[in-house]
Amino acid sequence: MVTLMQDEKQEYIRKILHSHTVGIAGAGGLGSNAAVSLARSGVGHIIVVDFDVVEKSNLNRQYYFQEHIGKQKVTALQEIIKKIDPSITCTPIIQRLQPGSMTTYFKEADVIIEALDAARIKTQFIEEIQKEFPNTPLIAASGVAGYGQMNRITTRKLGNLYVCYDPQAKSSDDDVLMASKVSVMANWQADIAIEILLGATQ
Amino acid sequence: MSLQVNNKSITYIQDETVSDLLKRMNFTFPLVVVKINKTLIPRDSYKTTIIPKDAAIQIIHMISGG
Repeated sequence: MVTLMQDEKQEYIRKILHSHTVGIAGAGGLGSNAAVSLARSGVGHIIVVDFDVVEKSNLNRQYYFQEHIGKQKVTALQEIIKKIDPSITCTPIIQRLQPGSMTTYFKEADVIIEALDAARIKTQFIEEIQKEFPNTPLIAASGVAGYGQMNRITTRKLGNLYVCYDPQAKSSDDDVLMASKVSVMANWQADIAIEILLGATQ
Repeated sequence: MSLQVNNKSITYIQDETVSDLLKRMNFTFPLVVVKINKTLIPRDSYKTTIIPKDAAIQIIHMISGG
């Protein structure tokens, strides 16, 4: 009986998520892991923007495989998502986000995930997106470097800007990037996106 | 009169700008996101934006890595 109810709930959730679009800026450690998690959850359309190609050094934390080395990250991600669930549409956009036009590819998105790297670009992206789409929830991450002390991570909600935040983390310029923490933060962002998309119906 | 900064109460100072407040809070990080009463303040307006009475302010610093 319980199982039946759970199946129905799962089905209901998938149906809602399938009708929504999530836009992701960046397909590195945060973006690749968040995209895969959203695809597995059933989010129907995922737009991913990144200019970069997969390198061997990415494989310690990003959701790619040996066979993807040298390939555009967003193209590799599209392939991976197709293998997980062919009913999910992934729109790969091979572009470097430039200050002044960062909102270009996110018009369709119901929720936007900031999965960029440098603090300056993250901040710029948040400013531009919140100005252009003040009503679209935006989920950012700050403090993904390092390992351990995972209890420091919290969600800070600033209106419709959500920040997955470890305020005591060091910059990735001064600390390592590890699969364990990066994927926690990425999935944390994905979970906030799911919570928002299901919010009204939960 | 007071201000709420990251849910903590601090003294209100008349004509204080966002830059002044960041200095007063010893917020030395170069890249922050500031919201006053849920409105995002662009970085190029920190020196000209006066903080209103009883404002609720949220400050987060952005750390590289992704």
